[in-house]
Amino acid sequence: MDTRTFFLYAVAGVVLFGIGFHGILFCRNLVRKVLALNLMGAGIFLVFVALSTRAPSGTPDPVPQAMVLTGIVVAVSATALMLALIRRLYRETGFTELPCDLED
Amino acid sequence: MDSSGWAVGSRLGAVLIAVIVGLVGYAVWTFPSEFSGLSDHAIAELQHAGTSNPVTAVLLNYRSYDTLLEMAVLLLAVLAAWALVGGGVNEVCLVSEVSNPVLRGFVRVMTPLSILVSAHLLWLGDHAPGGAFQAGAILASAGVVLFMAGIDWSHKLPAWLERVLLTIGLFAFTGVGIVLMLTGRSFLEYPPATAKWLILMIEVFCGVSIAAALVSVFLGGRLRSRQTVLKKGS
Repeated sequence: MDTRTFFLYAVAGVVLFGIGFHGILFCRNLVRKVLALNLMGAGIFLVFVALSTRAPSGTPDPVPQAMVLTGIVVAVSATALMLALIRRLYRETGFTELPCDLED
Repeated sequence: MDSSGWAVGSRLGAVLIAVIVGLVGYAVWTFPSEFSGLSDHAIAELQHAGTSNPVTAVLLNYRSYDTLLEMAVLLLAVLAAWALVGGGVNEVCLVSEVSNPVLRGFVRVMTPLSILVSAHLLWLGDHAPGGAFQAGAILASAGVVLFMAGIDWSHKLPAWLERVLLTIGLFAFTGVGIVLMLTGRSFLEYPPATAKWLILMIEVFCGVSIAAALVSVFLGGRLRSRQTVLKKGS
């Protein structure tokens, strides 16, 4: 792959990571936090896949690709767990947002 | 926390994000543009791996522990959702009164097609992009779309079958490893002659389990749907 194309994908992954990180810190809605965490994960996967294309032989390195595949399944599992926690929280309290004030 | 404290906190957070993204970006920027990593080793051993797709070889042969534990992680997520939510169908779907006939007709065509595509992807994983996870995801999407169209296909599923479907991937995977240990090899070290068929067998069972697990987490932890949604406080 052309060197510049690889950097384009990798930098796009880093930007996605940053957007997700912003969401993790600043979104008070828990579902949005889950989405933000998934966005961070997507950014990391994109960086990994971009890095795997650097092999001089032209065939992408299968090890990062397999790691991304494993990572996707783990991310799905973690998302499922987080959404189950949110559903339970909603059932118990009726809220899906974190409180605005720490004193509450 | 008062509003000025929140403003200071958000400014600190923005700086933190900028620093971390900058550092990660700089690290990515300074990577060499050519790096073979482990791909040469992975491709050199491919003739003994039982598959001609290097990604499948990494997933199910060289690093099969990862995939085995990944199945365990998926099962754990299902069990956690089962404990936390306890099944039941989401209120927004499975409302057969509102499901329209066009959607139902479309689903009738798509479901067999999805199963076919899923089986095709499973077989394709041997030599091209594909494999158990992709096949399982497509199979699960067929199951989820059926629910969305108001077709409750799993409420008559026996309890034992639900448990078997969820765990068979993990059990088959571990079982193959243990049988290989009994024949004097190490855990999950496939003999090259039978590696292809062992991998295919593991992938079939794992694909079924993955699909069952994904549908289960969609339904709140249970593959067997329940018509009644748990009310608050019950």
